[in-house]
Amino acid sequence: MTSFPEAARAALGDSQLRHNLRNATTTIRDKRARVVAEVPDWEELREAGRAIKAAVMQRLDEHLVQFEAALEAAGGQVHWARDAGEAATVVADVARAHGADEVVKVKSLTTDEIELNERLEARGVHAIETDFAELILQLDGDWSSHILVPAIHRNRSEIRDIFLRTIARGRELSDEPRELAETARVYLREKFLRAKVGVSGANFAVAETGTIVVVESEGNGRMCTTLPPVLVTVLGIEKLVPTFADLEVFLQLLPRSSTGERMNPYTSLWTGVTRDDGPQELHVVLLDNGRTRVLADEVGRQALHCIRCSACLNVCPVYTRTGGHAYGSVYPGPIGAILTPQLRGVENAKSLPYASSLCGACYEVCPVKIDIPNVLLHLRAQSEKNAVERAAMRALARVFASPRLYERAQRLARLADRPGRRVPGPLAQWTRTRDLRPVAKETFREWWSRERGA
Amino acid sequence: MRVALFVTCLGDTMFPEAPRAAVTVLERLGHEVVFPRGQTCCGQLHLNSGYRDEALALARRFARVFDGFEAVVSPSSSCVGAVRELVPEVAPRVYELSEFLVGRLGVEDVGAYFPHRVTYHPTCHSLRVARVGDAPLRLLRGVRGLELAELPDASECCGFGGTFAVKNADTSTAMVADKCCAILSTRAEVCTAVDGSCLLQIGGALARQRTGVRTMHLAEILARFSETH
Repeated sequence: MTSFPEAARAALGDSQLRHNLRNATTTIRDKRARVVAEVPDWEELREAGRAIKAAVMQRLDEHLVQFEAALEAAGGQVHWARDAGEAATVVADVARAHGADEVVKVKSLTTDEIELNERLEARGVHAIETDFAELILQLDGDWSSHILVPAIHRNRSEIRDIFLRTIARGRELSDEPRELAETARVYLREKFLRAKVGVSGANFAVAETGTIVVVESEGNGRMCTTLPPVLVTVLGIEKLVPTFADLEVFLQLLPRSSTGERMNPYTSLWTGVTRDDGPQELHVVLLDNGRTRVLADEVGRQALHCIRCSACLNVCPVYTRTGGHAYGSVYPGPIGAILTPQLRGVENAKSLPYASSLCGACYEVCPVKIDIPNVLLHLRAQSEKNAVERAAMRALARVFASPRLYERAQRLARLADRPGRRVPGPLAQWTRTRDLRPVAKETFREWWSRERGA
Repeated sequence: MRVALFVTCLGDTMFPEAPRAAVTVLERLGHEVVFPRGQTCCGQLHLNSGYRDEALALARRFARVFDGFEAVVSPSSSCVGAVRELVPEVAPRVYELSEFLVGRLGVEDVGAYFPHRVTYHPTCHSLRVARVGDAPLRLLRGVRGLELAELPDASECCGFGGTFAVKNADTSTAMVADKCCAILSTRAEVCTAVDGSCLLQIGGALARQRTGVRTMHLAEILARFSETH
């Protein structure tokens, strides 16, 4: 994996990307702030969201077994997948059992995490993304850079060009949103009606009833989960809530935090199989893929509370400048910086816990109060340090532990200091773009001794 | 009141004018300022860089050095935040300077005079960790001659973030570049804040760009005084 600083450098040099990001994130951020401000009990809602999620994590094993029993009683089939490979095998087997070499897909964040499309392709099954933004990316061979707005790094004229190269070849097409949407609609409608198997992710699942919830804005998700006769839903095990009533909290928190809407446009809930209505065969894949390892970490486990609203991305001063691809994962931004290293192991995403100035804007907007800065510090403490840095930091700790050594170090720093300098070592990164003030000619303590004598 | 001043390692070494100004302001208000010489660093650098054990040892050392003082005051919100996080038992006695003046002493006019156009950058840790609220702005509004210019996107991070500024230098630079644009758009002569570390970042960028805009710690502005006003 390319390190964050390296990937960020490339992204920062792309003026179109920075323009697209700034426009989009500023709009959503302002909208969110407006609709959150009008809810008088927003802080109580956040606390309720946090408390429900914390309670779920404490008894996740029981909730999962309860969910399995409820879903099976309602006519669904449950599959347990330890990792990406096992999950992909379940989906491919279902598709092949129905002779499907094409499936329609929606809510693809979790399935992108396990690279399901590529894994299905290798088994001869082609997956078609039906979320408008996901479709754009798939047609372009690109990948998501934002949890809610996967194609946030593209503007409408770039989207027009992608369509002209792919599904609208040889046609007249302007960059009017209505025309772009119509082009996708015509293409997708035919796919929906022909598909034998649909594949979805989910926003929530209710342990008590076996109900699955998909929250979306386009209606494509509803078509994807109701038109094909067979549906496979891939569900991260952290998506459970205990009871149906708990949804009340999250269906208030999510739209306001996510799209800045008061109410979500298309909220689909289904419980097992209903005769002659919707899919007649329902499979649910309960996916671990590193989640139980995250659960085992007392500080880090709160990352599993995330409801994928993306509010933290839109307020993050790092994300809004680098975009999502720099994070090297389908989970970008502050939440990605704490989730990816935990899912993959800190050793496999070393630079991500440092991809933050610890400004705290993410924690302030998180609808379930994930203390992202604190988890970042926790992951930094766990990460393996480079030997030179570790030696320097330990030496510095010894200097700070002794006023005598500390005062000597101050005098040394002043001796080594030259005006207008570009310093070597790690500080060269500072002086490349910023001046560095000289060390004070007289430290505070020297002044105090001179003035006050003690 | 007898006030123990925590000058912070950076304040002591890099910008002693800020803690010196804090002494001036506190003494002008009639308080006794003491400087416990054993003080060094609060542990924040180690905490934020992933060396929690070292950070904790330094924070406990801080607690020993400042044991017995009724009020410990510091011209740095991020250091105050780190100390409160690492040694919660001392938290009620440790104050950031503006928070101490406005919140504890109930003073908003410290008798300062500073006839300049000034913009205020609320640092991330002052807003979201130490939570000093609008105390710095109240103090600035009480300064005679001072024209306060509102900073656009004020609560956005300047890109300092301790080692972030060198580990992610490109992103940090992009952040401070936007902060500088916002500052310049106010036509202020001076940008002020309650954290010297953020001012090193902002001031370093403003100087490199030859903007002519200065950075000053809030304490320095509050210390300015003229007999004729």
